[in-house]
Amino acid sequence: MEKISTEIRKRLVTMHQTGSHFGSAMSIVDILTVLYFKIMNIPSPDDPDRDRFILSKGHATSAWYTTLAKKGFFPEEILDTYLDDGGQLYGHPVRGGVPGVEASTGSLGHGINIGIGMALAAQNDGKDYKVYVLMGDGELQEGSVWEGAMLASRLKLDNLVAIIDANKLQGFDRVENIQPINTFRGKWEAFGWIVKEVDGHDHGELEATFHEVPFKSGCPSVVIAHTIKCKGVPEMENKFESHYLSVPKDKVEQYVKELDEER
Amino acid sequence: MRRAFINTLLELAEKDPDLYLLTGDTGFTILEEFQKRFPGRYYNIGISEAAMIGVSAGLAMSGKTVFVYTIVPFVTMRCFEQVRIDLCYQNLPVKLVGVGQGFTYGTAGATHHAIEDIAIMRALPNMTVICPGGPIETKKAVEESMKLSGPCYIRLGKSGEATVHESSDISFTIGKGIKVRDGEGVALVATSNMVPVAAEAADLLKKEGIDPVVVSMHTVKPVDRELIADLSQSCFLIATLEEHNVIGGLGSAVGDVILEEDLPVRLVKFAIPDVYAPVVGSQQYLREQFGLTPGQVFSRIKNEIL
Repeated sequence: MEKISTEIRKRLVTMHQTGSHFGSAMSIVDILTVLYFKIMNIPSPDDPDRDRFILSKGHATSAWYTTLAKKGFFPEEILDTYLDDGGQLYGHPVRGGVPGVEASTGSLGHGINIGIGMALAAQNDGKDYKVYVLMGDGELQEGSVWEGAMLASRLKLDNLVAIIDANKLQGFDRVENIQPINTFRGKWEAFGWIVKEVDGHDHGELEATFHEVPFKSGCPSVVIAHTIKCKGVPEMENKFESHYLSVPKDKVEQYVKELDEER
Repeated sequence: MRRAFINTLLELAEKDPDLYLLTGDTGFTILEEFQKRFPGRYYNIGISEAAMIGVSAGLAMSGKTVFVYTIVPFVTMRCFEQVRIDLCYQNLPVKLVGVGQGFTYGTAGATHHAIEDIAIMRALPNMTVICPGGPIETKKAVEESMKLSGPCYIRLGKSGEATVHESSDISFTIGKGIKVRDGEGVALVATSNMVPVAAEAADLLKKEGIDPVVVSMHTVKPVDRELIADLSQSCFLIATLEEHNVIGGLGSAVGDVILEEDLPVRLVKFAIPDVYAPVVGSQQYLREQFGLTPGQVFSRIKNEIL
């Protein structure tokens, strides 16, 4: 498991020699690894009973693409075409662009409501799949997130799991300096969700937490995953610049080596 | 038109167990029957339009046919970006049903007027824009919308709209205008609630010896190019009529076709001249302010011709 996450991160170092959002992608790798390799049941990307995953923070899609390729949903070579003209891999996910991408996102605050629709359909049809929606902590500034938060608890969607990638950094600064809503545990609770906080890089803790879903019958669950932006690349960790910067060509070897050593 | 819509939807829901209806807390006295008969497929999402569109997308992605019902500005503008990405970018068969075309909610003020909706919905790739000209066309539009594989917007009035059709058994195809009456020289091409106005104006013109064609262009996107080309053969003037801003609506759609096909015909647009209504007014009063009554249409056409 740790090995899979490291492999994904190494691949991201190479992919991110172009484009931005390197740090945003690196911070969710462990969450994706645990979900796709330990938690979610997806026999094939079009299985009607599969668990659903929506990457609401669409800008981190390189990590999703890489996880899906590692899962075997499409050939890994396609990852080499990330952001290439005429290719399939945009910088934000497109539904059906490659197998396994469930929803088109990239504008923040959309995923939770799409997830509610999917969870509602499952509930009404008596299907037992779950819907996982991964959001950023900066994304919680979008009002539509809270429209969804109040709706999901009213509809008693205990098959819906929101995951907050709390890496504490957004476009210009630390989240708390832009919009100090740091007590978001209390906010989710006030909206009727059951909250658990975890170390978003600890596979064991993530797995154990996801196995407990629903945290309470009849309530939606939210996992606040405390993460480090650009996790795995020491000189870029916890720096908001990693939201924008590409990996310099002459650093690729060093970063990959550090990832191998860390493991 | 709301009644025609909901009665049709009740029939369709009876046959299709995957048909859902979402509302943003509007439709009092209209939607209750649906709620009573299909409680598991009716959701009053609340006053949360952005969430409502997202939910409709998630349901559609799970195999449901979803109708989303609320007042025009709240189903097209308040949640425009959700419509754009969740429905149009993902190309999902969700049907947006907007109530209150044009100045239907006249005295409520411009927050509730629907004068930009056709333009902005037209601009979205994959979106079909249907503006039925009365209750009979509404029934057909709702039925036909079930065949669409992508999103559509159906623009309705409220209640008491006139019909120009003698029988409810009309031929209605999305993307094909309906010739309500034949004639020559002048064509009155109307959409939505201006179709009855066009018919009345035609009656007045007939008394003056002018015999206009009257068309209900219920689908503004895709607009019926063939019909416009056909009209240009028998008419020297096409007048478009819409209770909508002059920019981006039916007049623009028809004008594009005339220019692109280099058709030998003049175009006169009856529309709102790019302003918000500056005074309080009922629908009828506001129509008079902007030259949209049958008498005003008649006079202007007469002046254009003579």
